[in-house]
Amino acid sequence: MRFWDRLSSVDSRILYLLLALAVALPLVIKPKTNIRVSEPVRSAFEAVDRLAPGSVIMISIDFDPSSAPEVQPMLIAVLRHAFRKDLKVIVTGQLALGLPLAEIALNQVAPEMNKVYGRDYVNIGYRPGGSAMMVGIGREIRDYFRTDYKGVPIDSFEFMRKVHNYKDVGLLVSLAHGAVADAWIQFVGGRYNQDIIVGCTGVNAPNLYQYLHAGQIKGIIGGLQGASEYEALIARPGQATLGMPAQSWGHGLIILLLIIGNVGFLLSRKKKEKGK
Amino acid sequence: MLLNIIGTWVAASLTLAILSFLYKDNPFYKVAEHIYVGISAGFAVLYAWAFDIYPMLVDAFRNNLAQKNYLEAWILIVPTILGIMMLCRSIPKIAWISRWPISFTVGIGSGLGLVASVQGYLLPQISATLRPLITINNFVVYVGVIATLFYFYFSKEHKGALGVVSRVGIIFIMVAFGASFGYTVMARISLLIGRFYFLLHDWLPIIR
Repeated sequence: MRFWDRLSSVDSRILYLLLALAVALPLVIKPKTNIRVSEPVRSAFEAVDRLAPGSVIMISIDFDPSSAPEVQPMLIAVLRHAFRKDLKVIVTGQLALGLPLAEIALNQVAPEMNKVYGRDYVNIGYRPGGSAMMVGIGREIRDYFRTDYKGVPIDSFEFMRKVHNYKDVGLLVSLAHGAVADAWIQFVGGRYNQDIIVGCTGVNAPNLYQYLHAGQIKGIIGGLQGASEYEALIARPGQATLGMPAQSWGHGLIILLLIIGNVGFLLSRKKKEKGK
Repeated sequence: MLLNIIGTWVAASLTLAILSFLYKDNPFYKVAEHIYVGISAGFAVLYAWAFDIYPMLVDAFRNNLAQKNYLEAWILIVPTILGIMMLCRSIPKIAWISRWPISFTVGIGSGLGLVASVQGYLLPQISATLRPLITINNFVVYVGVIATLFYFYFSKEHKGALGVVSRVGIIFIMVAFGASFGYTVMARISLLIGRFYFLLHDWLPIIR
């Protein structure tokens, strides 16, 4: 059997093993990597950075553990940025299963930035209603959230007493893994002209560029790459930055296998045609 | 501390059990798969109670009664009945009853969605497309939109000038598919990185 024929019949489990090595090795040896910040991520960063200290930023957790490796680093980076800017953070969510991830991120970031629950941030949790709730908050947030995640009335927190609807929210951040970001943009951005930035999984990112082009959102943080760029902008490398060399090695291997596979296929076909 | 260690070991074992499917189907994978489905269902029920039914119905009813807002309290019977009607779907003989609350939900969804689609999608997108042809980007957007629209025009055979334009449309569509696929590959690798990070950082403290 010739080399190319042998390659075309290689056991797929060997390819899985190669991919596992390509991803695991860079995590261990940590090669140096340069993060180049793209315009959509810079715009998202600037939208947060422009807010005056004391402004309210609402972060919607619209992802769950299935996409946490991509979106959780964004949440941590945005929280660090918001706390550093002394913004008041309201965390909510359209996916109930995502809220424990918000708690994990808040419990990690708030103590390191000396932020106190109730004074600097609140987690108002999840309520059902989807798009109807998004629209309803434009009238009065208390129609849906009278208490926070733990059942404490939101009016017992000083900064929350001034928050009634989107007019009191400087920026909405949707960290999404599905079409929830589209809903925020269409229902809240369209109706209330709310400034929005979106952090999303790589799968969703291409669909959101149309909103950025139309000026409907201020920025996009797309996938692990976007998260690493945001980490670079706040000068605080985290899990996303650590993952980028693994991402590059993984992509490199896939591209190499694509080339080998196609060359092998073409040569095998040529040989078969000659045989006829 | 001990609970954290146990939790990490359980999570690591389940991760390895799921990944073992890449070698071949096996009992460890099956166990992990069933545990995942069961826990997800249990979690969903818990959350439905904790975040939907209790605060929006039980607590709201009690609070309104306590504050003597009788109308706001008793009107909650309407969504309660609609919710019970929705559950009839699981009983074949009376499954038809669930159509009423479903129509109610569809009606609300359509009403809200129609406005949002026009106000928050269609008009801003049209406005963003119809821009002066003074930059290359705007020109590319024009060509892309027109060519793609022509590709989906099926009332006339794609021959001659229409054929050429629709072929340009295919190129734009393929570029969009390529970008989407590239991002999807990145997303999947990211998930793998996330799991390996967990295994090498939280479980085996190889990464510091």
